[in-house]
Order: sequence, then structure tokens, then C-alpha cells
Amino acid sequence: MRTDGQASQRPFIGARTPGDVVLEGRGVSKRFPGVVALDRVDLDIRAGEVHVVLGENGAGKSTLMKILSGAYRKDDGEILLDGRPVEIREPRHAQGLGIAIIYQTFNQVPHLSVAENILLGRERTRLGLIDYEDLHRRAQRELDRIGLRVSLGTRVMDLSVAQRQMIEIAKALSLNARIVIMDEPTSALTERETETLFDIIESLRREKVGIIYISHRLEEVKRVGDRVTVLRDGKKIGTLDVADSDIPTMIRMMVGRDLTFAAIERQSRRGSEMLRVESLGREGVLHDIGFAVGQGEIVAFFGLVGAGRTELARAIFGVDRIDKGRIAIDGEVVRISSPEVAVRHRLGFLAEDRLGSGLALSMTVSQNMTLPSLSYFGRLGWLRLGAERQAVDEFIKTLHIQTPSQDQPIRYLSGGNQQKVILARWLMARSRILLLDEPTQGIDVGAKEEVHRLMIEFARVRGGAVVLISSDLPEVLRMSDRILVMREGRIVAEVAHDQANQELVMEYAAGTRRG
Amino acid sequence: MASRKALTQSDTPATRMPPLGALQAGRAFTHHLLTNQTLFMFVVLLVMMFGFAQLSPYFLTKDNLLQVTVQAAVICMLGAGQTFVILTAGIDLGVGSVLALVTVVSAIVMESWAGLARSNVLIAGQQGGGLIPGLAAGLLVGAACGFSNGVIIGKLRVPPFVATLGMMGIARGLALIVTEGIPRFRLAPGAEFVGQGRVLGIPVPTISVLLLYAVCYVVLTRTRLGRYTYAIGSNPQATLLSGVNIPRYLAVVYMISGLTAALAGLTEMSRIGSGQPAGGQGYELDSIAAVVLGGTSLLGGEGRILGTLIGALIIAILRNGLNILNISAFWQQVAIGVIIIIAVFADQVRRGTRG
Repeated sequence: MRTDGQASQRPFIGARTPGDVVLEGRGVSKRFPGVVALDRVDLDIRAGEVHVVLGENGAGKSTLMKILSGAYRKDDGEILLDGRPVEIREPRHAQGLGIAIIYQTFNQVPHLSVAENILLGRERTRLGLIDYEDLHRRAQRELDRIGLRVSLGTRVMDLSVAQRQMIEIAKALSLNARIVIMDEPTSALTERETETLFDIIESLRREKVGIIYISHRLEEVKRVGDRVTVLRDGKKIGTLDVADSDIPTMIRMMVGRDLTFAAIERQSRRGSEMLRVESLGREGVLHDIGFAVGQGEIVAFFGLVGAGRTELARAIFGVDRIDKGRIAIDGEVVRISSPEVAVRHRLGFLAEDRLGSGLALSMTVSQNMTLPSLSYFGRLGWLRLGAERQAVDEFIKTLHIQTPSQDQPIRYLSGGNQQKVILARWLMARSRILLLDEPTQGIDVGAKEEVHRLMIEFARVRGGAVVLISSDLPEVLRMSDRILVMREGRIVAEVAHDQANQELVMEYAAGTRRG
Repeated sequence: MASRKALTQSDTPATRMPPLGALQAGRAFTHHLLTNQTLFMFVVLLVMMFGFAQLSPYFLTKDNLLQVTVQAAVICMLGAGQTFVILTAGIDLGVGSVLALVTVVSAIVMESWAGLARSNVLIAGQQGGGLIPGLAAGLLVGAACGFSNGVIIGKLRVPPFVATLGMMGIARGLALIVTEGIPRFRLAPGAEFVGQGRVLGIPVPTISVLLLYAVCYVVLTRTRLGRYTYAIGSNPQATLLSGVNIPRYLAVVYMISGLTAALAGLTEMSRIGSGQPAGGQGYELDSIAAVVLGGTSLLGGEGRILGTLIGALIIAILRNGLNILNISAFWQQVAIGVIIIIAVFADQVRRGTRG
């Protein structure tokens, strides 16, 4: 994350007369067993403004949004709509009041089509049957509005993550809401889609819609926000006019301290080769991929969504079959036919989809951490629980994982802490090569900094090798010794860190420049 | 995602807001009762026993209570294996049929062994044998059925519901084929011990159940197999990416269910003194009910073996109590149906309290 404020120029010009307050929360509180998630928080949203809500994971942002959108009931305080108190009972009620929410995680029915998903529950019928003509006409109108070009009949499960995010936005807009809540809307979007989204936000602003915008990306705050409210530990720290505030101030309010981004020492000399991939191919997905990673090195893979980076990591880790090519570890050709074999060769894989492929949500912190290393805690399938406890406690301490105990169900941890548990999982399994797919997606600046620190330490101090897959360009530029750019299943360019800049890498990824 | 700040600093919100803190402490016990389905069902069990004790003086006698444990034994055993399967987010519909196949194969082996002995193929002195080979054959059949379920589900990726529905038909069909539909009565001498014997006054089936549950408890809480059983049910993708060979462990889990079905079959055979090709019908549903009553989630990943024991006892005590009160067996089915629905509803409420 850059703090130099270079993104502060405002592309959106227009009369910004503050509108009337549409939605107001006064002293909103919410408790969960053992935790006060929100402690007397005030918030007001005016018509036609973009109100950014900032805070680290666990600060209470999502809880507040869930209360405003009817997913949770507040314990205390009041909510006023147009100055009149309302009791938001459930999501449908919130929709009826004109409050729409776009969740970070999708609220979609994977097997239904795009059109069916957008208008789910609002289909019109003819003679008791769904009027598909009407459904498609209305759905198309919503897609046109956000400029998304997908076929209405496509099943949502067959879309990319970015496209699904856009569908989610179309769905919310189709409700003609007066308040739209966007929870990390850009985390899965490419640059171009992000621009489209900003255009949509601008047109909503003109239509006097109030927008609550949650993001970790501080550049975006400067870019789209009118006012910003910062939450920390369930309390409101303050509300600022974006025009009068700078990013370092916001960070200080969020984390309660100054955060400095330490310069990262580069790996100048590549150590012995740990991972080599030669002419690897997978029908229709990956073509002729070749690269090597040395000891102590961090190699980043950049590319647009769908460039094949995740598919590459899955192929190397033995999740997906390889049609062509070979993989060598420490100079020895190996056949990685399953993740079991990969783990035996001391590879570790942090998957992009933390909830879907990373965490066993019904299990504890400890059980999640030790999943790949149980064989270290006893022989013949037996578990020495004492040894396990001790090891887990050590990792919780060294990685600064914030949890009341190792027996805490992992679902109660914040995203950043969950991610650290997954990193601990592979450190504990004594991985030597880490494949990290979007390791800092959706986690706050503080946790991001710690994940970066762990990556550096793993590579430089422990002598591991890191393959970093990230769509976060500043992160790629900051962390990597080399950048490999992928496009359409191929590696199209290799850029050394001292030659890399955002524009160059982006041009390779978009295919407007050839290597 | 629920946004909750993990409490690690001494400066917790609760200490800063005394009224809220006190409120929380007050709710602690109710919360525990509500969030712990096993404990909740144990209380239900005690209330039921208290109720029956009020209605009939016979209920709380030692004889009757021991009788209940014997009546519950078969469901308990099936439920133990079923717990493993359901923890992986699977289901085993075949256990009733496998139980029947086990009883007839075991009975036939005992009978044939005796036949061989009579025709002097075996030397004298081994007459009356056949007990051990018969029991072993039963266990082997159960394990084989379970193992093939596991391979079909783990390796061939056939959904558990379908695979075990198939096994339900196959095992039943085989049981009828090998017996031509006729029950087998000539068990080996000594066979009655498994289902009718007593050690120190305690029925053997009761002892078998206690040993089985002790073993299952240890396996689930202290072995890699147990941990993976939960993990597979909680998130198979994450488990796979942690390097766990899921097909192998599924084969073992379904084999465990086959083995507990065999143990239940041998107990049942011994108790009624015959191998019944038509026996065990509907037992699969009883075993699933026991697991669900015990608080194990049908979605996998969450649950306890002890809960299943309580669930099975609830079903058995309900039947026994209603029997004592002379309420018809037809009404017993209604009562069990109602209690299952109430239990699952309570479980939903419990999850609701977690927000």
C-alpha cells in the first residue's frame, strides 16, 4: 500500500452540495457471547454522498453493515430513516426500506442463471409460470447499466469471481435502493472493472443515492469517498471529510499507531534452485510454462483475473492434472500426483479462497493449524495432544495471532488472523516452498504488513522459496525479487524488480506491450 | 463474515462496560446449555427417565434398566459407525441390510462348520466348533461391505447417499439369495453368549457397547484418523490441500461403519438365536436418528460420539417406557419422529444463538 497520496487527484468533479441525512445510526451496539462487536457507534449517511467506513478486520464494520441491512438485530441504540426511527427486522425488510447491500462473499445460487440470480424472488409470472421474457428483459437492463457483458443464460457457477462480483452489484442496483452498502467491492475486480464500478458509483451519486463504502484500499478512499468514518475495536474513532484528510492520518486512526512500511532488502544473488517448472501444460488452461525459483527468493506472478495463475499453482501442487511438462524440486524431477505428494515434498499452498479451500470453519484454531503436520505429533496415527498444544501455542505467539485460545473456533477470528493461521499451518509443516495465492486479499493493513514480514522471514531467514500470486500491484512491486507476468495461460514477461513499475507490468498483463 | 474482535488484551470491551459484562456472566450457563447439544440431550434423557419413573414403578428397576441397555445395544453399535460416516458429511443407508447379511453369513458358516465336522472332514474334538469362524466371517462380511462403500464414494466419487442406497439393496438381496429367504437357526454352541451372556451380572451387549464407545472416543479425539474424519466433513477442499489422502480415509471410515454393523448383526443374531435375511429393516434410520439426536451435524465436521450414545438411549428408553405404559408400537414411531424433529429444531435454535 502506498501512502504518498499520489492517487489523491479526483476524477469526479461536480457539485458536491451535501444532501439531507437519509440514514442515521445513534449509539448502535451489538454484543456476541464474550465479545462486544459494536459499542455505541454513531453514523449518518447523506443523500448523494459516498461515505467510507474504514477499520481493521474485527473493528466492527461488517457487524454494523449487517445491522443496517437487517442480517443482525442491534442490541442497543436506534436507527433513523429520514429522521424517523425504524426497527430493521430482516434483510427483506431492509430491502423494502430501500437499503441494499453488496456482500464481499457472494449471495448467489450457483446453479441458476445470471438473469435468475439478479431478479431472484422478484420474478413476474404469467398464468403461474415464470415469465422468462420479462425476466430476461429486466435483467439485461441491469447488466447494461453496469456495462457487464455476459450471457443471461449462463449459470453463475460458470462465471469468474470478478463477474460474480459484478452480478452482485447489478442485483443490488436493481432494487432501486436509496442506500447502497458496498463491502470491499473491488477486492476481486480488475483495474478496468474497478473503473466501471467507480463510474457506476458516480452515477448513483448523481441520482442522490447514499453509498456506504467499505474498503481496505486507502487509495480508493481518496478516490471515491466524500466522508470517512473510522472504527476500531467496535468503537467509532471519528468522521472526517476526505478532502481535508490524508492517508497517514486515516491509518493512524485505524490502527491506533503509526505504521511505517519498512523498505525490503532485495535478494541480489539467487540461491540454489529449489523449484523448477519446465514446459508445463494443461489442456486449454496452461501453455508451456517454465520458470525457476531459487532459495531465499520471492517470485511474484502478476496477471489479470483468468490469466491462469491460480490454475498454475493448483497444477504444481498436484490438485489438477498436468498434461505436459515436468517439475523438479532441488534439481530432482518429481511427479506430484496429489497434494499429499506435494506436502511430502514440503510444498505449501495457501489458496485464494480462504473460506472455501483454506479453513475448516467448524474446527478450532489449533485443529486448522496442524492439519498437514499431524504426523509430527506421534507415530502410527496416534496423536500426542500435549505436543500439539505446545507447538500451536508457540506459533500463535511468534506469529502474533490474536485469539483467546487455541481452542477458539476459527470462524470467530478476523480475516487477517485466519490467514496467519494458514501460514502457520505451512510453517509448522516445515514447508520449504510456499505457493501463496492472494495471501493478503481482504485483510487489513496491519495484518497485511505482518503477512509480508512473515514472507520475507520465510525466504531470507529460513531459506525458503516463495511463489507469490497477487493482483495487488503495489504488493507485487514491494515484495518480489522478480515478477512473472501471465496472460491467457502463458508467461508473457519476466521483469526484474529494479526495472518494474506499475505501468510496465500492467501493460504486459493487459497485452498492450509484448516482452 | 461476522466481525468479532478476538479478546486478547486485558482491556476488553466487557471490562470497560460493566453492565454488559454482568449480563454476559448471567447468560453463561444458559448459553452453555444451548450451545452444547450433547449436554442438552443428556438433560432431555434425564427428564424422560424421571417422567417414566413417575408413571411406572417398574421403570427404574435394575432389571428394566439393564434390559434397556440390551435393547439399545444394536442401535448404539450402528450409531457409532454412523457417527464416523456423518462426521465426514456422508451417510450410510446400508447398515440395516449389511446387518442382515452378516447374521445369515455367520449362521451359515456356523452351520456348515458343524456339517463338516459331522462328515469327519475335521478331526474329532473340534466338534461343536464353528463359533469363531462364524463370528469372523460375519465381521469380514461387514468390513468388506463398508470398504466397498468407501471405495465407491472416495475413489469413484459416487455420492454417499446413492452408493449406500445401492449397498442397501445389494446386501439385502445377497442375504435373501444365500438363504433362499429362509432364516437359519442352527448356530454354533456358545453363540448365544454374544447376545445373551452376562459377565458379573452385566449383559454382554452392554459391555460390548461400552467398549466400542470407548474405542471410538479415543479414535475420534486422539488419532489422525479421527481428526481427518472431522476435517473431511468440515471442509474437504481444505483437507485435500493439506495433503490428506481423502479416498483412503473415507474407505477406512465406511469400513468402520461396516464393522459396527457386523458387531450389531452378531449381537442381534445371538440374541434371537438365528440369522434372519429379512432382519434389520429400518435400522439405518434408527442409527441416523441416534446420531442426529446426539447433536452431530448432518452437514459434517461437528459432533461427538458420546452424543450418539445418548441419542440411541433416548430412542431405546422411549420405546421401553411406552411399552411399559402399554402404548402401542405404532404410537412409538410417532413419538420418535416427533422427538427427532424437536431435537433438530433445538439444534437450529442453538446455531441461531451463535449469530
